[in-house]
Amino acid sequence: MTLGAVRPYVAIVSARFRMLLQYRAAAIAGLWTQIVFGLVILGIFEAFFRSTTRAHPMTFAQIVSYVWLGQALLGMLPWNADAEVRAMVRSGAVAYELCRPVDLYGLWYARALAWRTAPTVLRAVPMCAIASIGLPLIGLDEWRLVAPPSVASAVAFASTLACTLLLGCALTTLINITLLWTISGEGIVILTTTLVTFLSGMIVPVPLFPDWAKPIVQALPFAGLVDFPFRVYTGHIPPQATVWVVQHQLLWTAALVILGRWLLSRGLRRIVVQGG
Amino acid sequence: MDALPLYGRYVAISLRAQLDYRASFVMQAAGQFLVTGLEFVGIWTLFRRFGAIKGWTLEEVALFYGMISMTYAVAEAIARGFDTFGNMVKYGEFDRILLRPRSTVLQLFGQELTLRRIGRLAQGAVVLAYALSTLHGVWSVERIALLVLAVVGGVCMFVGLIILQATSAFWTTESLEVWNAFTYGGVTMSQYPLSIYRPWFRRFFTFVIPLACINYFPGVAILDRPDPLGTAVAFQWLAPLAGPMFLLIALQVWKLGVRHYQSTGS
Amino acid sequence: MKKKSPTLVNSCCTATRLIVMPQIIVSDLVKTFRVSERTSGLLGAVRGLVQRKHRIVRALDGISFAVDAGELVGYIGPNGAGKSTTVKTLAGILVPDSGRCEILGRVPWRDRVAHVSRIGVVFGQRTQLWWDLPVIESFELLRDIYRVPLSKYSAARDELIALLDLESILDVPVRQLSLGQRMRCDVAAALLHAPPILFLDEPTIGLDATGKLAIRDFVRRLNRERGITVILTTHDMDDIEALCTRVMVIGEGRILSDGTLAELRRRVTRERWLTVDLVQPDDSIEDPDAAVIRRDAHRVCLAFDPERVSPAELIRRVTSAHAIRDLFVENPPIETIVARLYRQAHPASSASGDRPS
Repeated sequence: MTLGAVRPYVAIVSARFRMLLQYRAAAIAGLWTQIVFGLVILGIFEAFFRSTTRAHPMTFAQIVSYVWLGQALLGMLPWNADAEVRAMVRSGAVAYELCRPVDLYGLWYARALAWRTAPTVLRAVPMCAIASIGLPLIGLDEWRLVAPPSVASAVAFASTLACTLLLGCALTTLINITLLWTISGEGIVILTTTLVTFLSGMIVPVPLFPDWAKPIVQALPFAGLVDFPFRVYTGHIPPQATVWVVQHQLLWTAALVILGRWLLSRGLRRIVVQGG
Repeated sequence: MDALPLYGRYVAISLRAQLDYRASFVMQAAGQFLVTGLEFVGIWTLFRRFGAIKGWTLEEVALFYGMISMTYAVAEAIARGFDTFGNMVKYGEFDRILLRPRSTVLQLFGQELTLRRIGRLAQGAVVLAYALSTLHGVWSVERIALLVLAVVGGVCMFVGLIILQATSAFWTTESLEVWNAFTYGGVTMSQYPLSIYRPWFRRFFTFVIPLACINYFPGVAILDRPDPLGTAVAFQWLAPLAGPMFLLIALQVWKLGVRHYQSTGS
Repeated sequence: MKKKSPTLVNSCCTATRLIVMPQIIVSDLVKTFRVSERTSGLLGAVRGLVQRKHRIVRALDGISFAVDAGELVGYIGPNGAGKSTTVKTLAGILVPDSGRCEILGRVPWRDRVAHVSRIGVVFGQRTQLWWDLPVIESFELLRDIYRVPLSKYSAARDELIALLDLESILDVPVRQLSLGQRMRCDVAAALLHAPPILFLDEPTIGLDATGKLAIRDFVRRLNRERGITVILTTHDMDDIEALCTRVMVIGEGRILSDGTLAELRRRVTRERWLTVDLVQPDDSIEDPDAAVIRRDAHRVCLAFDPERVSPAELIRRVTSAHAIRDLFVENPPIETIVARLYRQAHPASSASGDRPS
């Protein structure tokens, strides 16, 4: 990939940065909302943990980091189809995409990547700062975000995080592609994304799932979005096991990319046939 | 007072417009039902793992969950016009509202009655039914009346919150999300009984945004169990009144907001 | 010369003849806005995180005029001059910083509900009808909103449908209407409650020739036959020429001119234009007493001062020197007049700027 090919995407990311920086009030508002949410969720978990004396698959400290990482990296996850894509399909402008002399899936994937980078960085940095430094200042020491237990864990986390980005974008692109079929079936899209969110461990960490459910959930791609990388961060998944995590993430990414490419070609054919 | 017939007409129009897209409505409502259902599955999972939360069982939590779910569903359905008010101000469409010889509040309520919230409403009802069926000695006319009053009071309070959110659009359309901390965050918080949280948390949601008054305190009275926080039974029965009071305050703030809009323009 | 606008006191104390109080009285309206500025580029965006700059814009700088019942007044000016700020203030949705305004004996922003029920407002770029509803249902809803008695509503509705030719589109949802159709419906909607005053803001914008004529015809009839006072804000000078006997020009928050069209023209310039169509393209057309202001292949336009050289004399000179297929003499278009008037009043400022208009 030449530098020239990268430049448009750099431009997209930079433009998005600039646009988001303009809306500083919106950014602060979003930060605030997520912090309050994090506090509520932690309050609930803390109450659960204080209610029993026996051991659990995860310690409260690990859950704390898990929750804050989840809030910080929310922008990276396949919450929903991209609004821009939805608008494009609805207006029929997606037909213009057909005319471009590029690999269409690659374009959509790269766009998903670019659109996720800027907002995630802009949210994650202040979020982690507040969660790790700000909270102790107001007396919530037990609820602060702590660093990974070792350098190895930190490095392992970074690599799994990169794979999460790839996996998440593959999923998002897939969801965007399904819009070519179900532009008004928003109920389906929302349900699927909520299911994905649930199975990724965002709502309840996977180790806390019933034992019979764990093997199934861990085989699915979604656990690789949240549960695996966050547990690598806390050391719950030791650095030595990172290879398996990355493998899981990348294999599923590849599968989703292949599925996405196939679906896209089918979907575009459909649009051409229907005349947009 | 001919505001009511006019509101009725607005509602009829809104419902008809939504039912025009029947398939889409059914899908969205079903989607909402399942999505909120998943939320409760999450709670169920945690109870499977932990057994109880600070002495409260799943069935008891289900009562609080069901109540707040239904409350929020109704409030969201009614106050949609205020929910989307940020966009209205941004695109300069509030001027047209001011050009009509009717109260702005009435017009905004009349903008839409979002039918698809029935998905969340139904899910909340199912969970509530589950709670009521498993809890003994809850059934009595007064308790059901208190339940209804708590929900009505809760609707008032959430509508008040949404109106406050809309009012802040007069000053800034960017940071409306701040209020989501109290609406969505408040709902999540209220799904569990207030007593499980830390003291400063409980104080905030009792005295500042008194969501506890429309969910926890009446819930405790309905469950007919002693309150771990030690409040008097009389207080628990009267607490839902905080809802309409909150709404009245919110409406006054709205009036201030409109006045501000008229002096600074869009 | 600018018409001296009566203050409230003057109006009440003028007892020499029977004066009917003007319907609209505006006196010394002042309105300023704070506009935040954004610097461009990434560095500017980061800096914008910490500090925001503001600019004070004086949208209205002492506006005064009076309008009698039944007048059809044009209100024109460049973008950002203060037109829509004036209209919003008169409509009661904006409160001025200082100055007075009385419409039908009421202060617009103080008695909003009462005031608004006696005026009609049409925004050319925005519809007041409900997007998904058939036109007739929007009308019915407006009837409820304005509390129009059934008999009055039916009469007004039927009449407006006939006059504006809406019969065929009554059951069409507004979103499916063409711009021309939508405009006619919007005008009808604004008149269902029989207001004595109508504000039209860019009513013909985007319309084709037929559409514009339809609207203009209707407004003219409305004014001449029913005596409805009309305030017309527009950029389209043809609207003004077709409809308005009185024109107010606003620039940078001040009324620059208030009188008839002819007065406006005379005030700015005596200049007239001679346009000739040549048989063969000829670059050499010129005259010592005229200036060439436009030159296409076959058409040349000369501006001249009729007191220096009479139109007849100029025509004689040009036709004797060149082969002419056709010619005509006209006044400079209103746009030119207004632009010159504006430049006369504000020689230093530039034409554009992002002010709230």
